[in-house]
Amino acid sequence: MNELKSVLRPALVSFALLATLTGLVFPLALTGIAQVAMPWQANGSLIKQDGKIIGSRLIGQDFSDPRYFWGRPSATATLPYNGVASGGSNLGPSNPVLVETVQARLAALRAANPDAKGPVPMDMVTASASGLDPDISPEAAQWQAPRVAKARGLPLAQVVTLVRAHTEQPMLGVLGAPRVNVLELNLALDRLAGQSTSGSR
Amino acid sequence: MNAYDNPWVALALYLALLLALSWPLAQWCDAVFSGRLAQRWRPLGSLESSWLRLLGSRADEDMSWRRYAVAIVLFNGIGLFFLYVLQRLQGVLPLNPSSMGAVSPDLAFNTAVSFVTNTNWQSYAGESTMSNLTQMLGLAVQNFLSAATGIAVALALIRGLVRHSAQGLGNAWLDLTRATLWVLLPLSAVFALFLVWQGVPQTLSASHTAQLLDPVTYTVQQGTQTVSQTATTQTIPLGPVATQEAIKLLGTNGGGFFNANSAHPFENPTALTNLFEMLAILLIPTALVFLFGRWLGNWRQGAALLGAMLVLFIALYAVGASAQATPNPLLSKLGVQGPSMEGLEQRFGVVGSMLFAAVTTAASCGAVNAMHDSLMPMAGFVPMVLMQLGEVVFGGVGSGLYGMLLFAVVAVFLAGLMVGRTPEYLGKKIGAFEMKMVAIALIVVPTLVLAGTALAVRLEPGLAGLLNPGAHGFSEALYALTSAANNNGSAFAGLSANTPFYNVLLAAAMWFGRFLVIVPVLALAGGLASKPRVAASLGTLPTDGPLFVMLLVGTVLLVGALNYVPALALGPVAEHLALFGIR
Repeated sequence: MNELKSVLRPALVSFALLATLTGLVFPLALTGIAQVAMPWQANGSLIKQDGKIIGSRLIGQDFSDPRYFWGRPSATATLPYNGVASGGSNLGPSNPVLVETVQARLAALRAANPDAKGPVPMDMVTASASGLDPDISPEAAQWQAPRVAKARGLPLAQVVTLVRAHTEQPMLGVLGAPRVNVLELNLALDRLAGQSTSGSR
Repeated sequence: MNAYDNPWVALALYLALLLALSWPLAQWCDAVFSGRLAQRWRPLGSLESSWLRLLGSRADEDMSWRRYAVAIVLFNGIGLFFLYVLQRLQGVLPLNPSSMGAVSPDLAFNTAVSFVTNTNWQSYAGESTMSNLTQMLGLAVQNFLSAATGIAVALALIRGLVRHSAQGLGNAWLDLTRATLWVLLPLSAVFALFLVWQGVPQTLSASHTAQLLDPVTYTVQQGTQTVSQTATTQTIPLGPVATQEAIKLLGTNGGGFFNANSAHPFENPTALTNLFEMLAILLIPTALVFLFGRWLGNWRQGAALLGAMLVLFIALYAVGASAQATPNPLLSKLGVQGPSMEGLEQRFGVVGSMLFAAVTTAASCGAVNAMHDSLMPMAGFVPMVLMQLGEVVFGGVGSGLYGMLLFAVVAVFLAGLMVGRTPEYLGKKIGAFEMKMVAIALIVVPTLVLAGTALAVRLEPGLAGLLNPGAHGFSEALYALTSAANNNGSAFAGLSANTPFYNVLLAAAMWFGRFLVIVPVLALAGGLASKPRVAASLGTLPTDGPLFVMLLVGTVLLVGALNYVPALALGPVAEHLALFGIR
């Protein structure tokens, strides 16, 4: 019992001191530094248009308008790309529900993209881990290009070139996978449409 | 094949950087924990001694194993109580911009145990449950302190092996303080700033609302009716993510700020952060192995442990990477090509996801950048096996080293049995007391895993939590208990774990899986420290060469196989055979 008593004070005091340092001083000091040195990243890499926040570069959005490139399927609760309910489908590889879901997505994509060439890319029919994946593969973007070009009345070559300009390669060629940020690509599309013809809508 | 699809290129880059970074860290840890730094640099020395005076301890206090164990358990008990109360009261405390209410009792208990034991199992979804104050002063604090606890216990065990005819194992308060202030904090500060630079948020403000370019139409079930609704905005959740994230990985904790953990673009925004998050996980565990060799005065002893870890790591990573790169036959039949991307993020690709899965379960981290539940059967098998081997392949901060040393003792014991000699390790004769402590520490975790899984698949509330049917459903329960008892914290997340049944069952597995190992380890350290050193003779098994590496790998695999083969056969192996139509 004496043993317990003699360690109680150091246990309490060291917990209080260490908790204050690691739980308050450290995060608050770092917040200060980050807010001064890298305010854009520290506040969520937000994209603004006409003073309004229209999204974050890092958080994907759900697109279903044929004039926009579409992102990956999202399994977040209630609605796709729900920012406050990140998560995946957690469907196992042998789960019949996974097969049915992929089949339904395939059918919907093929119907919406009659001019697309080649098989539907894998990332377009499988849900991401976070449900907020901002990227698709370059193949997935090129696969959708004919639909987008047609819906916008743009030459296909112009859309293909835009996708290529927005393709990011893996770090040092070995880390990660090639990707296209869907929100940025779509914003570039909107700007393109604004520049070339203002009346083609 | 593209270079980024090649699993070996990424592995080679990763391991080269890991060894290059952990070697200098080992030198720093040596200076810090031996007290040399405090001696050489007076301001630090006087800071440490006034800190200890405030606590009511002295730098020269040398604790017996019992006292060391009481100190560690009590310190963690206080942390448990504090974290529970904090979650229950968060609704009336400051720094709660999104007005989160009190966490329910069973969830708060589960989360408190989870973070104190370095498990960081997530029954909660961070973005919708925890206030900023709870994240900072509750969860992040335990991220630091549970890691410091692991380091302290590992240091005590090393001292037990290095010292002879001694009673003390060091000063627990000094070890905990030094680990937190001079190792974990500075590394976390640098890493957190790096993460912010790459896009991880660090702010005290709540969420932002974004106006969507393309409104989202979705359906919700209202009673019996299906109602169509349209969302024109998206909520972008923010918070002090980077500081939480840095220590989550460096301390092999793994509890994410967000539900999706390191798969969330705000926790792990780029392929570069993915690389450094993986490095952060194994950095300190690897450095401690180097420190072990250094303190023994024979670096080859550390290298032998490292060698065994590398052999197991590379072999299991290879199994996982090749399994996930193999297309799912059920999807191929539908005409989609390539490896399944269900539960994977595009920016990491298959290789970046599988390396992360191996790293996080080799350590007791449990952060995930892919949903392990959706991995191919044998790819999900790899993280499960890495945990079941006892997380000794690098392992958690501190716990990996002391876990591997337990296996080293078993290995010399087995070798001793074969030739009929009293086993010795590092000049210490291994007696009955030591073997009993090792046996307790090694048997506790498998018992918790297997008995807990049996309960979960026999009882109604356990079965109700499973998402996937068949063998995969069994894997979900097995994975959860494996993860909890080994203090990993990753999940087959389809399991609905936020129920009173799973919250209590898993909390019990986490608590006993942590402290019923730590106490016997400290007892073992005390027993070893009191022994005289015997000189190596011709009959002594050298423990610093390739022969011992093989013996150690064999021992780890043998113990793991004896414990888990039947359970694994019912789960991932059965699913693999069924999926690929092998009869």
